[in-house]
Amino acid sequence: MSGLSIQELWRRTLNVRTASLYLFPSILLFIVFVFYPMFRTIYLSFYLTDQNGNAAIHVGLENYAYLLASSEFLNSMKATALFVLYTVPIGILIALFFALLANEKLRGIGFYRTMYSSTMGISVAASSVIWLFLFHPSIGVFNRVLLTIGMPQIQWLLDPQWALVSVSISTIWMNTGFSFLILLGGLQNIDQHLYESARIDGAKYFYRLRRITIPMLSPTLFFIITISLINAFQSFGQIDILTKGGPTQSTNLIVYSIYREAFINYQFGTASAQAVILFIIILIVTILQFKLGERKVHYQ
Amino acid sequence: MKKVELIDLSKSYDKQVDVISNMNVTIEPGEFFVLVGPSGCGKSTLLRMIAGLEDITSGTLKIGDVVVNNLPPSKRDLSMVFQNYALYPHLTVHQNITFGLSVKKVKKELRNLRSSEVAEMLGLTEFLHRKPRELSGGQRQRVALARAIVSEAPICLMDEPLSNLDAKLRAQMRSEIRRIQRQLGITMIYVTHDQVEAMTMGDRIMIVHEGKIQQVGKPIDIYNCPANPFVATFIGAPPMNLGSLSMEPNTARLKIEDHFILQLPIEEAMKVPNKNLMIGIRPEHIKPATIDMPENEKFHVEVTNVEILGNETVFSFQLGNNEWKAKWNGQWHIENGDSIPICLSVGSICIFDGETGELIRKPSEVGSFVIQKEVLL
Repeated sequence: MSGLSIQELWRRTLNVRTASLYLFPSILLFIVFVFYPMFRTIYLSFYLTDQNGNAAIHVGLENYAYLLASSEFLNSMKATALFVLYTVPIGILIALFFALLANEKLRGIGFYRTMYSSTMGISVAASSVIWLFLFHPSIGVFNRVLLTIGMPQIQWLLDPQWALVSVSISTIWMNTGFSFLILLGGLQNIDQHLYESARIDGAKYFYRLRRITIPMLSPTLFFIITISLINAFQSFGQIDILTKGGPTQSTNLIVYSIYREAFINYQFGTASAQAVILFIIILIVTILQFKLGERKVHYQ
Repeated sequence: MKKVELIDLSKSYDKQVDVISNMNVTIEPGEFFVLVGPSGCGKSTLLRMIAGLEDITSGTLKIGDVVVNNLPPSKRDLSMVFQNYALYPHLTVHQNITFGLSVKKVKKELRNLRSSEVAEMLGLTEFLHRKPRELSGGQRQRVALARAIVSEAPICLMDEPLSNLDAKLRAQMRSEIRRIQRQLGITMIYVTHDQVEAMTMGDRIMIVHEGKIQQVGKPIDIYNCPANPFVATFIGAPPMNLGSLSMEPNTARLKIEDHFILQLPIEEAMKVPNKNLMIGIRPEHIKPATIDMPENEKFHVEVTNVEILGNETVFSFQLGNNEWKAKWNGQWHIENGDSIPICLSVGSICIFDGETGELIRKPSEVGSFVIQKEVLL
């Protein structure tokens, strides 16, 4: 009797077993590279660790309390917030502008499309090195230009007031290609007949942009805003190469701060706590965005 | 109510091949004018040229008495219904209908008034606050129609507006569009590939093939006297039967595909040139031969296919290299392979020039099917 019901169970779960088998490779990868590190991070954030990153003393929420009282961490949060504020809106506006230009039917438009999206093909490290030269105080292009037009020189990466702006400029440049490509794809998906119909009604370019293009593009815009926000919060490579968090901590973004805490100061506990806080912030921002932004998004 | 005049209008994309070549036609004010032709014949391009969405390569386009070649679409004072309706998916039906009015900065009260009037006319009142995706195909079609009507433009262009609807709805919308056009008295230019739509809706129809005008005229005139074999086979279902024809000049005897022989009246034979000819005859003009007919007027054919369509029967037979079709009233129980006697009346045949395709002889009798309404009164 029981043998029969086991057979029955085996037969009934055929679909589940097949599905699990198909899912197994990706679940395995997720476990190794996402879920295990995530839970390990949360676990470590409640401990003080030894040099090798093993949990040593359970301290409860003390790591969090320490961070929230630490001026260094609060400064890092502030720098991150400013960085997000500088890069995301401007980056998306520039990408949208280029995408609108590149969406026109002109001779040789393929060339411009390739150019505008080309920054996507350069790694963060390579482009950061290029920007390092552009920002160089004496041989950099920017200061040369300022010199020729008679403006005062700027210590782009060395002046605490300018460093975050400089890093933001290079980040915007790096991210434009991807945003451009996504937005151009969104624009190409809009039915041309809508514009023809509007032209017969006499709608001018900016009226069409406001009443047709932007609403029809809203799902794409929403997607790219979400992705850009998350990307900006997680920026690391350009900081490491351009400024190393300096000068005077002004570009010490949160991911870079985590890296320093963990791999330079060997404070895996507080680093983990920072990572958890970053995770919570991104989660809250994304949820807020979905709650507030999605009402204005039109899905087909 | 404006007329539209096409003078020597041409369109070419690569400056070598004309997709529209030298079209001359005048569309009268308040007329329902149908452009009909097979896919890719240039009819939609022509409509888009009239709308101003495509440039005119050469020739003149006049709306009213104004040359509009270089005017933008909005200055041509017309409305257009697109094949896929081009409704704004993010706007409600009401906003869709009033989009053009808001562009023209019409006052809000007037906008609402006109939108509710048009919605009333088309039975859309209860859907005004829905989005297009919440409507059925037929309702979307009505919204597109409403959007064109609400502009009160004197000319309305329609580009295959019914092709996305099912057959039943299409028939219903045909008469509805016709009713609205009459009611408002607007000049309508309507593009379709469906000859039934062309026949039933148009005051006049223009048949286009390979960018050239084949024939312009009233639907029934085109049906009776097609200008060339293309028109003959395009209009009418089943299409007109075509075959080769030769005439003996002395006796005025016509030989159809070397099988059938018909006697042409001598006085008419004078008008027919002695060269390569083509015959055309409508399926309903091939009639059953009765028993008391003289044997030399009967032709025996072998039936290859039979379709009984309720009150009429269509059957095919092979003649020379062509399959001919005949359409008889009533339900004829004929089997494939049966040999049946038929007869042709010389008055009902069209004769085309074998080379140029030009119509040489119009049919003198269009059959016993023409009935004046006085019969009923």
